Amino acid sequence: MPSEETFEHHDYDVVVVGAGGAGLRAAIAAYEAGARTALICRSLLGKAHTVMAEGGIAAALGNLWPEDNWQVHFRDTMRGGKLLNHWRMAELHAKEAPERVYELEQWGALFDRTPAGKISQRDFGGHRYARLAHVGDRTGLEMIRALQQRAVSIGIDVFMELTVTDLLKDGERISGLLAYWRESGRFVVFQAPAVVLATGGIGKSWKVTSNSWECTGDGHAMAMRAGATLVNMEFVQFHPTGMVWPLSVRGLLVTESVRGDGGVLRNSENKRFMFDYIPEFFKAETADNIEEADRWYEDKRNNRRPPELLPRDEVARAINSEIKAGRGSPHGGVFLDIASRRTPEFIQRRLPSMYHQFKELADVDITKEPMEIGPTCHYAMGGVEVDPDTQASRVPGLYAAGEVAGGMHGANRLGGNSLSDLIVFGKRAGEYAAAYAKGLGTDRPQVATSDVTQATQDALAPFRGEAEENPYALHQELQETMQSLVGIIRVEDELRQALENIAALRERATRLTVEGNRQYNPGWHLALDLRNMLLVSEAVATAALERQESRGGHTRDDFPTTDPYWAKHNVVLALKQEGRQAPELEMKRQALPEPPPELAELLEDAH
Amino acid sequence: MSYDLKLRIWRGDANGGQLRDYVVQAEEGQVVLDAVHRTQATQANDLAVRWNCKAGKCGSCSAEVNGMPRLMCMTRLSTFEPGETITITPLRTFPVIRDLVTDVSFNYERARQVPPFTPTAKQPKAPFTMFQADVERSQEFRKCIECWLCQNTCHVVRDHEENKAAFAGPRFFIRYAELDMHPNDALDRKDYVQDEQGLGYCNITKCCTEVCPEHIKITDNAIIPMKERVADVKYDPLVRFLGRRSRRNGPESLKDWAPGAHHHA
Ligand SMILES: Cc1cc2nc3c(=O)[nH]c(=O)nc-3n(C[C@H](O)[C@H](O)[C@H](O)COP(=O)(O)OP(=O)(O)OC[C@H]3O[C@@H](n4cnc5c(N)ncnc54)[C@H](O)[C@@H]3O)c2cc1C
Ligand code: SF4
Ligand code: SF4
Ligand code: FES
Repeated sequence: MPSEETFEHHDYDVVVVGAGGAGLRAAIAAYEAGARTALICRSLLGKAHTVMAEGGIAAALGNLWPEDNWQVHFRDTMRGGKLLNHWRMAELHAKEAPERVYELEQWGALFDRTPAGKISQRDFGGHRYARLAHVGDRTGLEMIRALQQRAVSIGIDVFMELTVTDLLKDGERISGLLAYWRESGRFVVFQAPAVVLATGGIGKSWKVTSNSWECTGDGHAMAMRAGATLVNMEFVQFHPTGMVWPLSVRGLLVTESVRGDGGVLRNSENKRFMFDYIPEFFKAETADNIEEADRWYEDKRNNRRPPELLPRDEVARAINSEIKAGRGSPHGGVFLDIASRRTPEFIQRRLPSMYHQFKELADVDITKEPMEIGPTCHYAMGGVEVDPDTQASRVPGLYAAGEVAGGMHGANRLGGNSLSDLIVFGKRAGEYAAAYAKGLGTDRPQVATSDVTQATQDALAPFRGEAEENPYALHQELQETMQSLVGIIRVEDELRQALENIAALRERATRLTVEGNRQYNPGWHLALDLRNMLLVSEAVATAALERQESRGGHTRDDFPTTDPYWAKHNVVLALKQEGRQAPELEMKRQALPEPPPELAELLEDAH
Repeated sequence: MSYDLKLRIWRGDANGGQLRDYVVQAEEGQVVLDAVHRTQATQANDLAVRWNCKAGKCGSCSAEVNGMPRLMCMTRLSTFEPGETITITPLRTFPVIRDLVTDVSFNYERARQVPPFTPTAKQPKAPFTMFQADVERSQEFRKCIECWLCQNTCHVVRDHEENKAAFAGPRFFIRYAELDMHPNDALDRKDYVQDEQGLGYCNITKCCTEVCPEHIKITDNAIIPMKERVADVKYDPLVRFLGRRSRRNGPESLKDWAPGAHHHA
């Protein structure tokens, strides 16, 4: 029990929480800036969700299209985000991504090449030019290995299978954090003036998702409990193509590269239905007939893009409508067909892991038959509100980068823009966190023992319960609620119902009980993750209720169009009172920052 | 269509344990990891198991299924006879932590000992010019998902704890091969692999290749060519005379490199 609990203690300048692309890059940057740096992750090193990324990293290298440059990338990103992105983040991202990609090559990454021996680039939805640096369809693995090998070779201290439960503060400022070893269940206190959150996404609160068990929104929730704000939480990306069958793999991602490389969507009537769903906003640049669309793969200069490559929100909604109209596939999806369009050799070479995935998990040979696919919860555009240059949150000493940070992608993220986001803003977060810690001199915040005692007591509560509520059952109920009430298409009644359900689940969560002991106990781990999932789910539903319009990853059946007021406003969320017990959300509308004239000009015809 | 599936799962920790029987509901199309999760959710909330992606991409869910080293998320239940009991045990080569979770830190220590990619003097700074045909050989090895199944299977360490101190194992041999075949790497790690990382212990039985879920030809494409190159250098008088130039751009020495050499005090 806490009073007898002995703590392992560590002292660092910068502690990075999360070892996906963002966390690894942040740790490298902080370390190289001279900070004593620790890197914490709750899985083994190299297993973070980033490893699953398939398609590529967006960067305007101009290797295939010399006319590509940061301005075009900036414009594409803002258009994809329905102009709700923080312009400064989109600018920095577009400008710095190429340099960050070359850095990966410098550290040993081996990207696929062009005939001229440069990094090859592939087409993806919403990007005007072929822009994604890639390695087959395992780009995330390449990124994580390159960063992991760099981090390890320079000697950064890595703490694996250590889960952070709470941030600690001294007055207004971050003083460190509390964590537990998964292996032993023992607690560890880190004293550090600067913490970089790089904990990734929130998808595990939905039933059909491409996300791994780690995506429970821990960083989002911990940041809020520490007094930071979240922005854009209503925008959740449903990737149009997840597997639908067998049930065991429902939600598993089918990379957008399938479409980039020639795959098309068909309904049960064998119709390429995307031509019926081209929105006004994208008419000028999208082919409106099959002949032009097919010519585009060969001659991109003189033809417009196929509608299958519209941004993800558009494609996901179209698929959803086809299924609802009764034109779906046998298992409740639609067909994604590359078999009839490309040779088996081409498919196996360009999409080896998709080939493998369908063959081994669904008995489907994608070189011979179409795939059955449907939308899957994929990415959180929303996250911790940060300063675009430094990635600092509102809490002194707290930084956030990668999927846990908000603002960069606005209402919808373009494919490939996450991996680039991780390295661009990971580096910035690490550097600024190091500079902040250094700037403190001897005036360093201290960890208060009473906070530690309280936090451990909370964490151990599930062992004291009387077998009342089972974490697995509760998790499943939360997933049902989010899936059916806060999914792709939303409506006021359902969102209110969702909030009621979440409140009831939160109440029940106070009586969670786990069996066994503290040693590597997944039931206990899930019980702790649940309070984060509940808080983040509430944030999503609350923001979704507030935004009375449809835009990007947020579609309201009762407000089906965009609204000029909401084009200029963000929903920002905080906790009324910091701390762990009975959190109450506070919401406000906040005016979107306006881009300076020279950037606004780039967006002129983008509205 | 759901049915009752018989599982036998090893439960215990470093102090010992035993196989326990479970009967769980299974569905068409499921994999072994689904059955383990079902057991965990309904009958053994504290059953310890590692997993992340459930798609064969992260290499977390390695275990021995009916004695075969496998990724649980890529092992379909339909590959077993109906009514067959499926036995799941932790990786044997690594010390058990709890249930199906083992202590694989050995591998992370070996990873720290790899002298990293070091660009040549000719192309010191990215972007590098490199051609697809030249990067492809190394790319095969970079498909490795670090599931440690090959490390678990290799007989050099599987039942010989004492060899671990001298032997990096197949996963790291492909890492050295990858660097060796990198078109723009300058370091010569041949002696190091042979003398410090135990390449010589390998007697090319190919058991590692057989279990690799990424189908990397560990023995044929990495280990054998490495062994040949080590032999070449060791017995080639001209190479000795020239001071063991690397095949590409001049000699680079490993003497300044040590794991974590730039580590803060
Ligand atoms: C299947 C799939 C394919 C994708 N493909 C692409 C693509 O092709 N291109 C692209 O740009 N994007 C892609 N994405 C999106 C992209 O991969 C993710 O957004 C990105 O990898 C997130 O990286 P991250 O560094 O923010 O976090 P993650 O990689 O999710 O890492 C999170 C880290 O935080 C740690 N962590 C979390 N909580 C805690 C805690 N409480 N204590 C300690 N540690 C904690 C985890 O252990 C982990 O190390 C894809 C996503 C999926 C799911
Ligand atoms: S080929 Fe070598 S490394 Fe592979 S299992 Fe046999 S002895 Fe071990
Ligand atoms: S080489 Fe193959 S078996 Fe070995 S760790 Fe890598 S992926 Fe696993
Ligand atoms: S869970 Fe990732 S490989 Fe099995």
